[in-house]
Amino acid sequence: MSIFIDKNTTLLVQGITGRDGSFHSKQMIEYGTNVVGGVTPGKGGQQFEGTVPIFDTMHAAVEATGANTSVIYVPPPFAADAIMEAAAAGIKLIVCITEGVPVLDMTRVYPFVKEHGARLLGPNCPGLITPGASKVGIIPGRICTPGNVGIVSRSGTLTYEIVHQLTRAGIGQSTCVGIGGDPINGTNFIDCLAAFEADPNTKAIAMMGEIGGTDEQEAATFIKENMTKPVVGFIAGQTAPPGRRMGHAGAIISGSSGTAAEKIEAFKAAGMGVAQRPVDFVELISARLG
Amino acid sequence: MDLHEYQAKELLQAAGVPVPPGRIAHTPDEAEAIATEYGVPVMVKAQVHTGGRGKAGGVKYCKTAGDAREKAQAILGMDIKGLTVEKVLVTVAADIASEAYVGIIVDRATKKAVFMVSAAGGIDIEEVAASTPEKILYLPVDPRFGLLSFEALRMGFFLYSDAKLARSAAKIMQQLYSAFIAAGCSLAEINPLVVTPTNELMAVDGKMVIDDNELDRRPDIAALRDESSEAPSEVDARKANLTFIKLDGDVGCVVNGAGLAMATMDLVKFYGGEPANFLDIGGSSNPEKVVNALRIITADPNVKCILFNIFGGITRTDDVANGIVTATKQNPLTVPIVIRLTGTNEEIAMEILKANGFSASSDMDEAVQRAVALSKGGAAA
Repeated sequence: MSIFIDKNTTLLVQGITGRDGSFHSKQMIEYGTNVVGGVTPGKGGQQFEGTVPIFDTMHAAVEATGANTSVIYVPPPFAADAIMEAAAAGIKLIVCITEGVPVLDMTRVYPFVKEHGARLLGPNCPGLITPGASKVGIIPGRICTPGNVGIVSRSGTLTYEIVHQLTRAGIGQSTCVGIGGDPINGTNFIDCLAAFEADPNTKAIAMMGEIGGTDEQEAATFIKENMTKPVVGFIAGQTAPPGRRMGHAGAIISGSSGTAAEKIEAFKAAGMGVAQRPVDFVELISARLG
Repeated sequence: MDLHEYQAKELLQAAGVPVPPGRIAHTPDEAEAIATEYGVPVMVKAQVHTGGRGKAGGVKYCKTAGDAREKAQAILGMDIKGLTVEKVLVTVAADIASEAYVGIIVDRATKKAVFMVSAAGGIDIEEVAASTPEKILYLPVDPRFGLLSFEALRMGFFLYSDAKLARSAAKIMQQLYSAFIAAGCSLAEINPLVVTPTNELMAVDGKMVIDDNELDRRPDIAALRDESSEAPSEVDARKANLTFIKLDGDVGCVVNGAGLAMATMDLVKFYGGEPANFLDIGGSSNPEKVVNALRIITADPNVKCILFNIFGGITRTDDVANGIVTATKQNPLTVPIVIRLTGTNEEIAMEILKANGFSASSDMDEAVQRAVALSKGGAAA
């Protein structure tokens, strides 16, 4: 068991012939992900790597393959449209890797995706991986190993670092999810925590946050009120200088400066384990797996 | 990207928002000429990318044109929170009967652009929000419909009981929203929005922050960037597609990914060192980025040791190794370097480094401890 993706995931790659899209499609296929097709307008009818059919539109691709998941590698100006195209075509899990999507585009995308009953992960995220079953996105497969720890993180390479350290210590993962660091993203910490709580194969959760915003504080409240499984947290940016002020509006709306200290306090108040260094996850998680 | 007050006001004015007449001055002579042209009294206001200009003495009221000249003389070249004032806005001083706050921000929680308005505007608006939240009206805008007339009018009446003022305010809300969308803002503020003694509304100060991701498709807005107001090393880094923030410590950090970069700085501090910078070389593989990163870091005389922490995913560690070799051949290092590489093509990277006389570690904690020891002049641990 796992969350969001498993052996039954059937994947379409939007932007499969681009530089990043083609590189990572090969990696995903190599990992064992069931890539059933790709989309690049104008290249419909061709084949990727001689085996994967390419379509002009998501509509045609879904009709032909019945895929349930898509991953997006298209450039930023086209990403918002690509997400909505996937949702309109009936895709239920849309993973947007693209970095640099304008946030005002995302204000329009988010309600559209919701109305179509789809889940969006990202944008500006590394995607997710269920070790041994399926990988959607760019998380390096060889640093992961199957197991019982759920991973949810706002960052990319920091996640790899921690997953790598857990794997080296013999601690496997149920699913690793990178939710991305953009101000508006489709899936947040709470969505993932709730899914891990419901997943029988997940016994403990490692959560990596960053300074800025209040997502981690809200997640801490959720953990305190709704979760029975142990969660260990980490906040990157404990020594980062206070960011440039975003006018008065930022402080008014959040009532918070989003500092690391504030978030760590929230973690402690929720009874979570707090890792001071990435390497601390190994001991803290081991202790909670029993 | 932050806009200066005068730039924000130009965009607001273009959208129809009434602003006091004024112009930018680079010299005391220009300031005097503008004051003479528009008529006194005027305000002379430092144009720097930081809040708290008034408290720092960068905003002055001037009764005469000669006074404007003197105040401009004092403010130009002034240091406000580490930024040098290169220009001042000279603007007609409005008589103020009352001050309101109007802001729009892209809100993470509602995932919408949200209006915030309050009749208690001015510099203490954050205090108002914290102690008397009922004095602020929050109004999320559905992006598919834009700001609706009744919503704008509701905000107008929240600010003013006078129907004429409420209607004028509603119009300004629409204009502000158009300017916000047109410029690709993540934040736009009018603070204060004032009522003049003749019962007119006027935006006395304006602020806009542009979403950096919008700049590629808005060249007219991108052209408003003022490089003279940024640290030269940060301008240099941006042109090299690196994210760089200069700090005060002595361990120069080169990392891939923002989260890992922050975690690396935290670990430097954890082991008793002080990071000299935040530097994210990003995801793509390109030796040239490493060359630029090293050039920018070694330009900082405070740096006593350089620490590379690379977790190869998309980034190929052999590209990073090649970048290090190329850069140090061009400009031999005068400070020690500690390299930590792991991930994609790690074996090849280690070979390249070894062949060129570098040693590298695959463990983050070990590398950070060594870098901290070297920054303190000690031998490698």
